[in-house]
Amino acid sequence: MRVMVLVKATKDSEEGLMPSTTLLEAMGKYNEELVNAGIMLAGEGLKPSAQGKRVAFEGPSRTVVDGPFAETRELVAGFWLWQVRDMAEAVEWVKRCPNPMPGPSEIEIRPVYEMADFAEALTPEVAELHDRNREKTARR
Amino acid sequence: MAATNTHEAIETVFRIERARLIAGLARMVRDVGLAEELAQDGLVTALSDWPKMGVPRNPGAWLMAAAKRRALDGFRRTKMLARKHAELVRDLEGEQDTSVEDIESAMDDDVGDELLSLIFIACHPVLSTEARAALTLRLIGGLTTGEIARAFLSNEATIAQRIVRAKKTLGNARLTFEVPRGREREERIGSVLEVIYLIFNEGYAATVGQDLIRPALCGEAQRLGRILAGLAPEEPEVFGLLALMEIQASRLAARTGPDGSLVPLTEQNRARWDRVLIRSGLAALERAEALGGADGPYALQAALAACHARARKVEETDWHQIAGLYDRLQAVLPSPVVDLNRAVAHSMAFGPEVGLTLLEGIDRSPALRNYAPLPAAFGDFLFRAGRLSEAKIHFERAADLTSNEREKAFLLRRAAACADGR
Repeated sequence: MRVMVLVKATKDSEEGLMPSTTLLEAMGKYNEELVNAGIMLAGEGLKPSAQGKRVAFEGPSRTVVDGPFAETRELVAGFWLWQVRDMAEAVEWVKRCPNPMPGPSEIEIRPVYEMADFAEALTPEVAELHDRNREKTARR
Repeated sequence: MAATNTHEAIETVFRIERARLIAGLARMVRDVGLAEELAQDGLVTALSDWPKMGVPRNPGAWLMAAAKRRALDGFRRTKMLARKHAELVRDLEGEQDTSVEDIESAMDDDVGDELLSLIFIACHPVLSTEARAALTLRLIGGLTTGEIARAFLSNEATIAQRIVRAKKTLGNARLTFEVPRGREREERIGSVLEVIYLIFNEGYAATVGQDLIRPALCGEAQRLGRILAGLAPEEPEVFGLLALMEIQASRLAARTGPDGSLVPLTEQNRARWDRVLIRSGLAALERAEALGGADGPYALQAALAACHARARKVEETDWHQIAGLYDRLQAVLPSPVVDLNRAVAHSMAFGPEVGLTLLEGIDRSPALRNYAPLPAAFGDFLFRAGRLSEAKIHFERAADLTSNEREKAFLLRRAAACADGR
């Protein structure tokens, strides 16, 4: 299964505080372990939400909102995409991660939907419709 | 509830550490089977101690220390007289006072080599390919014999026996547990890659509706490939195979239709190709080429897969490049199927007549006698050359030969189009 591992933002990360050399080194070593264990698919750090934008949807209207955004604890400061056998394995690997922030912080693990999750709900007809929609979306 | 959680956490830690543990122990006791038992003993100790003391900070080193103590106890109990064992006991006793931290740093230094050496042992050419695959999945992948049996559509007793025999064969062969070097290393790497690709293809051949453990073999093989790439970062063909598997796996979701039948590459919905895997496959291919391995058999096959992966639409496919790659693949991996694919590539790049000329040279190969893609290729080239009545015969013959219903329908449609003169 694939999981998205989300490093939650803190006051420090939102202020654009760069990680210390020690943390960078520890993170580098940790990332190397992830690669060598064959589970790392992707991973990036995100700039503070002050440099981000949101698009709000309501009916046909689209409103662009500039960062920064208030609810710091709900914001994402970085992510990994991992291929693991199960959630327990993902949890164990996250426990081994050095604390990504100078102060208290949180990492959230979310399983990625896979085709097999839809297998029972998806009749061949619906699957094909789904396919056609994706194809159209891709062309747009 | 809490006890169950702790139990699960310990099992998970063990699963992550298991291969490294077995690798370290195997080098010490020079016996893969014994190493596996000792690792298991380490788990038993952890299951009784950790709920009381909490999960240690360095679980891998802790497990290793526990397993080593068990090894020592075992040797003492059986009072082995053989000199080898006496030496081993001395070695182990010398290490007795070492702290968990010492073991941890030693593990960090050696673990790459030890794990690589275990992979080489599990894939040793003294074993049959099937035995190598089963042992690799057991020792490195950590699958149970039951899971391996289901994955290979076999029964548990057969697989268990295969693994026991393999361990015995390895024991009798008196192998050194060192990573092979020089020329031998090259051959042994070949054997490892063959096993990993076999595991991958077993998963790739799985059909929809089968036990999910079968398609999961692709993931296991990719994981093994990535681990191997970390352990042997200078081996171009390791990256060639990794690239090939990642790019092929990127198409897994797109290659079956809603009814479960296989969809040919040119008909696949490319929006469903997995971009993450394509990106990682292309990076691995680049690495293989940078290491001077562009003409390795796996790297060339990966380069072919990459040509398709780069084309967002079928029409964007670079057939000239594909034709050139097949010329090179034919030189390093000659086979009638490669000849046939090469003819198809040349027909797409240089026209149907060129393809027909190349096909004339290979159509008598016994390996291709009942191989539907051969008459299908003939049909396609003849159709494109405007020789419709001849094309029709070949499409019908191809439709007769294939057991894939979707493909059969596709070929019969093409045959009908010949009759319509379209």
